Amino acid sequence: MQKFNTLKSIPAYLPIVNIDTDMIIPKQFLKTIKRTGLGKNLFFEMRYDDDGNKIKDFSLNNEPFNNSKILIAGNNFGCGSSREHAPWALLDFGITCVISSSYADIFYSNCFKNGILPIILEEEKIKELSEYSNRKEEISVDLNEQKIVYGNNETKFDIDPFKKKCLLEGLDDIALSLEKSTQIDTYEKKLKENKPWIFND
Amino acid sequence: MPLTLYDKIWEEHLVHQQEDGTALLFVDRHLIHEVTSPQAFEGLRNSNRKVRQPNLTLAVVDHNIPTTDRSKGIDDKDSRIQIETLDKNCKEFGVQLFGVHDKRQGIVHIVGPEQGFTQPGTVIVCGDSHTATHGAFGSLAFGIGTSEVEHVLATQTLVQKKAKNFRVNVNGKLAVGVTSKDVVLQIIGNIGTAGGTGYVIEYAGSLISDLSVENRMTICNMTIEGGARAGLIQPDQKIFDYLKGRPMSPKNENWDKAVEYWKTLKTDSDAKFDKEINLSAEDIVPMVTWGTSPQDVVSIDGKVPNPENESDVDRKNSIERSLKYMGLEPDVSIKDIKIDTVFIGSCTNGRIEDLREAAQILKDKKKATHVHAMIVPGSGLVKEQAEQEGLDKIFIGAGFEWREPGCSMCLAMNADKLKPKERCASTSNRNFEGRQGRGGRTHLVSPGMAAAAAIAGNLDDVRKYQN
Repeated sequence: MQKFNTLKSIPAYLPIVNIDTDMIIPKQFLKTIKRTGLGKNLFFEMRYDDDGNKIKDFSLNNEPFNNSKILIAGNNFGCGSSREHAPWALLDFGITCVISSSYADIFYSNCFKNGILPIILEEEKIKELSEYSNRKEEISVDLNEQKIVYGNNETKFDIDPFKKKCLLEGLDDIALSLEKSTQIDTYEKKLKENKPWIFND
Repeated sequence: MPLTLYDKIWEEHLVHQQEDGTALLFVDRHLIHEVTSPQAFEGLRNSNRKVRQPNLTLAVVDHNIPTTDRSKGIDDKDSRIQIETLDKNCKEFGVQLFGVHDKRQGIVHIVGPEQGFTQPGTVIVCGDSHTATHGAFGSLAFGIGTSEVEHVLATQTLVQKKAKNFRVNVNGKLAVGVTSKDVVLQIIGNIGTAGGTGYVIEYAGSLISDLSVENRMTICNMTIEGGARAGLIQPDQKIFDYLKGRPMSPKNENWDKAVEYWKTLKTDSDAKFDKEINLSAEDIVPMVTWGTSPQDVVSIDGKVPNPENESDVDRKNSIERSLKYMGLEPDVSIKDIKIDTVFIGSCTNGRIEDLREAAQILKDKKKATHVHAMIVPGSGLVKEQAEQEGLDKIFIGAGFEWREPGCSMCLAMNADKLKPKERCASTSNRNFEGRQGRGGRTHLVSPGMAAAAAIAGNLDDVRKYQN
């Protein structure tokens, strides 16, 4: 997994609440057996018309937002389906940081498995930061310091220390869990004794 | 300290508690399907890892599969590759699969309970957000992403942080024509689509105990639509009776041991919940969604909301956007909304009791001529049961298409989809923009309400159609 440390970009802004994972990547693109190549279909239905042409007034179709690495959006971002294709599509487009006032649980945890930092800020701060998108000015994100710098201002954000560590170091959490193999063995042994029906024995 | 049912299942499954507050949780049951598993198996292969407990894993094809005749193979190339990939992966890693031609094939959340794979007190995961369905059996069941699917395959565990406790109490009795679908739509309307974020919901109260096992599944199924990853119900005798004798249920002396344990699975009477709401079943009427979020609910007697009445600017914009997408004018009576399509099926409402509910309304009736109507049973076994009861004849007689099992038009990954601006009364779980096909307009309803809409040709009150 790609490490996340610092990031500087003009943010894209989608002032829509409840952006669901069907909006982020519609189902016709879930037939892939790969993780890559989904970026061109990110926000497909808002981004392309019925003939497949790019819709001009959709911000992510236009300079400089077609190169944004940061996406600011309305609350409850990523609700709906558990599809990890949603963060894969964001990542493939080039977005590695999302800023919203809240996220759906499954999407939130999927981000961290893919080197994407989802930042939670209060609505007021979101409005302030969205001005930088409107003015096409860069903001920067520093994960280690847990802060966003915009103009002469900065704001701090909270993040779970384990998730932060995984992002900073690009850790493979399966390898980390497999370090606990002995504990898993012990658990399974005890389970076989206490609840033998679990193993269909 | 008094504990909730969720607290107890959590503690029973702790493999390792980490200092940072996260925990390694054991997974008893892992369900997989063709859409969210290929990249997970690829990950295992790339890292030279195995499936740790193939016996605790069950695979089904459902999301992608056509619901028309499949005996001659699958035309759509991408769908075929994905289905073949699952077949290949299951063989290579030793996982049991209910494939295209297996009569046990069906929607993953219908197959699990039907086979007795779903059991009380277990942790059940699946790369699908409607996994909470299995919570109806008193299990902790939740949806996960593909990276987590890979993690479970490799380790039989998940890294999790404990959620907060939320109890939804529903007491009293439902009026005729009102179902558990209406109850859960009402709950989502009350708490909002993010109201349960960060919580596990326990559904309790006299109504919940009175509901059948399958009706409980409908409620737990839509928990994610209220933002909570898992929703569960204390298991009782109805659950034990339902599971007894199913192919994967415990057998012989294990059955007795299991039931003895399952009977202990209850929230302590003085346990504290972080959040709690109460609903009265008598206040619940047949519900319909008018917008593009499952929280956009209104009673069948109601009207489309008017954004001008909304003081919150974000909410006002959101209503305007939804109405534009849905092609609806403010203040129109819900019963004046004409529909083009009816879809009965999905993991929310594709079980035998749902089909019986629809058949009861459709008996000796015909759908309106302009309506295209289809019924997609949740599994091959549900289909077989319905045919034994003669329900298929009622549906076909009423002008419905009687299809093969799968997820179908709930998410429209296969050929079953709405055309732009087509309006559908659907028993599924999501009315998101484009969910049932680009530009398609979804109104979520119960099976009885969907049947009533098919007859009337517009959204209508099921209570007028009781046979």
